[in-house]
Amino acid sequence: MTKLTELTLAAARDGLASKAFSAVELATAFNAAIEATNPHLNAYVVTTPEKALEMAAASDARLKDGKAGRLEGIPLGIKDLFCTEGVRATACSNILGEFKPTYESTVTSQLWRDGAVMLGKLNMDEFAMGSSNETSRFGPVVNPWKRQDGANASLTPGGSSGGSAAAVAADLCLGATATDTGGSIRQPAAFTGTVGIKPTYGRASRFGIVAFASSLDQAGPIAKTVLDSAILLESMCGHDPKDSTSLQIPVPDFAAAVARGVKGLKIGVPKEYRVDGMPEAIEKLWSDGIAWLKDAGAEIVDVSLPHTKYALPCYYIVAPAEASSNLARYDGMRFGARVEGETLTEVYEQSRAQGFGNEVKRRILIGTYVLSAGYYDAYYLRAQRVRTKIAEDFRLAWQKCDALLTPTAPSAAFGLGEKSDDPIQMYLNDVFTVTANLAGLPGISVPAALDSQGLPLGLQVIGRALDEETVFAVAGVLEAQSGFNAKAKSWW
Amino acid sequence: MAVDANTVRRVARLARIHEPDSRLESLAGELNTILGWIEMLNEVDVEGVEPMTSAVETTLPLRDDVVTDGGNSQKIVANAPRSADGFFVVPKVVE
Repeated sequence: MTKLTELTLAAARDGLASKAFSAVELATAFNAAIEATNPHLNAYVVTTPEKALEMAAASDARLKDGKAGRLEGIPLGIKDLFCTEGVRATACSNILGEFKPTYESTVTSQLWRDGAVMLGKLNMDEFAMGSSNETSRFGPVVNPWKRQDGANASLTPGGSSGGSAAAVAADLCLGATATDTGGSIRQPAAFTGTVGIKPTYGRASRFGIVAFASSLDQAGPIAKTVLDSAILLESMCGHDPKDSTSLQIPVPDFAAAVARGVKGLKIGVPKEYRVDGMPEAIEKLWSDGIAWLKDAGAEIVDVSLPHTKYALPCYYIVAPAEASSNLARYDGMRFGARVEGETLTEVYEQSRAQGFGNEVKRRILIGTYVLSAGYYDAYYLRAQRVRTKIAEDFRLAWQKCDALLTPTAPSAAFGLGEKSDDPIQMYLNDVFTVTANLAGLPGISVPAALDSQGLPLGLQVIGRALDEETVFAVAGVLEAQSGFNAKAKSWW
Repeated sequence: MAVDANTVRRVARLARIHEPDSRLESLAGELNTILGWIEMLNEVDVEGVEPMTSAVETTLPLRDDVVTDGGNSQKIVANAPRSADGFFVVPKVVE
């Protein structure tokens, strides 16, 4: 029999409904797996085993009474960026100290509304700023996947949602919440053989999620399968009056779209995503993906997104600018850590100097610089104009196709410490994902192959704004046609 | 628009982050590398292009101007580094 922790979310839901096992049994299995495995992976920064059992017992009661929600009894991990009432939330930054929110984020409250069970809080890059999980105050997450070269190097699970991706890949939860500002859901999903989707900007409420770059941040799930990610996303989305950018649009039946197929769809292949030095395995995966979709009845069209190469530099003005403003609230006065000093300014400056890590400080300084007097037009305003051009590229592409197929990341998972000394090399991880954030579009990463080292690689599907259904339909075909079902071999 | 140590000192001050003098030169180097890379954007012709302000076209909704929340002072100060009687205790601000 399959271990309970190895089930997909959809299969676990069926098992709970048919009383094959109880929610308490399921939660108990995950609590035990986390206790045994987490010391090796560092995916969870807080575990809540008692809360999980309590919530599971309540789920069992509702299952018995026929009042089950659509996620009834499903154990999930929550990225530490989400405020969770009474459970520490730090964005993996020292400046938040031992902050225990007195309120719940809208996204997590909707998951609990639907019956999900909380296992704990997941590791991430500090304030979601990073692509390798190495900027966390709690130290990096270790990717459950290893290269097959026998060297046993510890690899990054990607970032910023590295804890979410690693926990799903190692069966330490059935699914996890994550957030994506420049690729932070999709790149870790690609690095760990999991599925991750960032919905259209405004689909999921940002209320109660620690803000990084408000015009780019979106929540989404990381899960084991495309269907699981659709089930979770449906629960996470929906209008919320507490977030003024939350869209007043009904949430479609995402799960139903997964099996819809791609017959008659036009899939665009953007030539600008073919970058120099792209590993052969990724080139091959991309052509395989094209062939799979063609086989399933889609028409492939070449498209051009001419401003693609400007997306990352544009992002590295817009995101730090918004971050410098959002992170101004961490002043040591109302919450988080305070460093005492002689004057008020000294308290501010020392609290922030000691509370923020180096990457966060670097981005605050860049953001402050590009917004400072005399530079606003040259940097920030120009970047927002370039952003319009990037969004226009997509609008033109949608005249020729219904969705785009690209690789998710320019490489497989790399070693911890390999890129941490060179910020720009690190930033380049997001070269294929960041455009969707700038344009506000939905994007999914689907694992579809292993490279020569046995590491997973992902394909990305980008769709029109609010057309997650087509994204899920294409992703469903990629998942089925690739037959990808590899798992990290347990070494923990 | 190269950044020097003095500019870093000024920007750090604006951001209310203490940076010791010994770090200013290396920070200037890091910022120049990133800003140099960003200069690429100058190649793009943005004449007459409106800056993007939101990802999905929508009008910002207005809510009714009524009180919907309150009376939570204990919750609000629950995470304060220092508080007393439902107030935040902060360093002296006015001489």
